[in-house]
Amino acid sequence: MALETFDRESPAIVMHEKDNVCTLIRPVQAGEELIIDVQGQPHTVLIRQDTPFGHKIAIRSIQAGEHIYKYGESIGMASVDIQAGEHVHVHNLEGIRGRGDRA
Amino acid sequence: MKIKGYRRANGAFGIRNHLLLLPTVVCANQVVNRIAQQVPRAVAIPHQHGCSQVGADKEQTHKTLVGMGKNPNVGGVLIVSLGCEVMDPRRIKREIEETGKPVIWMDIQDVGGSVKAITKGLELARKLLADIEQTPITETSLSEIAVGVKCGGSDATSGLCSNPALGRAADQILEAGGTIVMSETPEIIGAEHLVAARGVNAEVSRQIYAAVERYEQEMARMGVDMRGGNPSPGNIEGGLSSIEEKSLGCISKAGTKPLQGVFGYAEPVPQGGFYFMDSPGNDIECVSGMAAAGIQLVCFTTGRGTPTGNPIVPVVKITGNEFVAKKMEDNIDVDVSPILKGKETLDQAGHKILQEIIEVASGKLTKAEILGHQEFSINRIGISL
Repeated sequence: MALETFDRESPAIVMHEKDNVCTLIRPVQAGEELIIDVQGQPHTVLIRQDTPFGHKIAIRSIQAGEHIYKYGESIGMASVDIQAGEHVHVHNLEGIRGRGDRA
Repeated sequence: MKIKGYRRANGAFGIRNHLLLLPTVVCANQVVNRIAQQVPRAVAIPHQHGCSQVGADKEQTHKTLVGMGKNPNVGGVLIVSLGCEVMDPRRIKREIEETGKPVIWMDIQDVGGSVKAITKGLELARKLLADIEQTPITETSLSEIAVGVKCGGSDATSGLCSNPALGRAADQILEAGGTIVMSETPEIIGAEHLVAARGVNAEVSRQIYAAVERYEQEMARMGVDMRGGNPSPGNIEGGLSSIEEKSLGCISKAGTKPLQGVFGYAEPVPQGGFYFMDSPGNDIECVSGMAAAGIQLVCFTTGRGTPTGNPIVPVVKITGNEFVAKKMEDNIDVDVSPILKGKETLDQAGHKILQEIIEVASGKLTKAEILGHQEFSINRIGISL
């Protein structure tokens, strides 16, 4: 569930090979090309909008209804289609658990 | 690795030597607070409960008050009752006395009102304090420590680094024969399969699933989405999008060892190994429940920065957020944010946390203790009558 060490240069962290999002360890701006480490391989993501520290970015496109993975586990479902490089948060990610409103 | 503290009459080991002022009911708070003002070395646990309670809810409040008194960090207890409440001061006194520590009970209606109770309470508190301050300081090994692991005011850094670093320290405490207690049932929702998989048998795993199901059923009964309550607005601002994401980041703080058992809120913690206490995630209710269960120290990770302390248990604040470490340095004991820059490994950070645990367990004051943070709150499970 945890990486032993983080890459000194990486602006974002991917926790597991199954993940389709990364977590930013610095804020990023729209138009930036982020080079992130995905299982030892460099992966380029074009940032779509300004996104703060600690927030998530899609590292590949995710269809509405698809699971969003972090730590190799589902953290919810895409409520709309999400492009690679887009900010992933409460506006486009629906939690599946603790949803008494849907019961 | 030795820690220094106080051997109690029943053999339990405390890392603090507190005089506890314990009101049995909200109506006794003011008398207790006045005594505490004039006996600064005493700690008080004013609370909102103790009356108009029945059944399991009444029992849980009773258990929490007794557990606070029994905690080995407490050397002696002054119980202050009003006289007409639901809580039974005789029973509270008797159960705390099973530990062999000095306990005195005073009743406000019996003494004749607030002024007389404050005057008499001061005398009794000073007498108890003089008594417990005779307790010698002795040494023991880490095997006698029970540490509660908690996170509060989480952000994305909690799951990335501070919780896994705390997990490394937790594993070392378990390897030394110590005890680790994780809690916060709503904050394993979405990650409960990973916690249950660590159960030593099918019954332990079943109890984890059952505890989670009770919270989700309550959400269904209320017809609400828990997002906004948990994850909180601050968690969401910090990048956490769902309870699943928060939970998956939370559970690494308890290390990797097998889960020996599940116990209820404020019930006595078994000795040795990794346990889960079924409790709300609410910081104060959870830390209070852990203290009442008998843990001596809490390690508390935070990404947003929270000041939470406890009247009888030192709370060590750990952050993986470099901005919070600087901005809220008054409240943070251990900064593990260098992990995210690749300047520190999780093992190194875990070692740093373990060193802090050993120092705090040997008398070093935490930031929360220095600042006088003594939050206390009892988890209610029934209605007020």
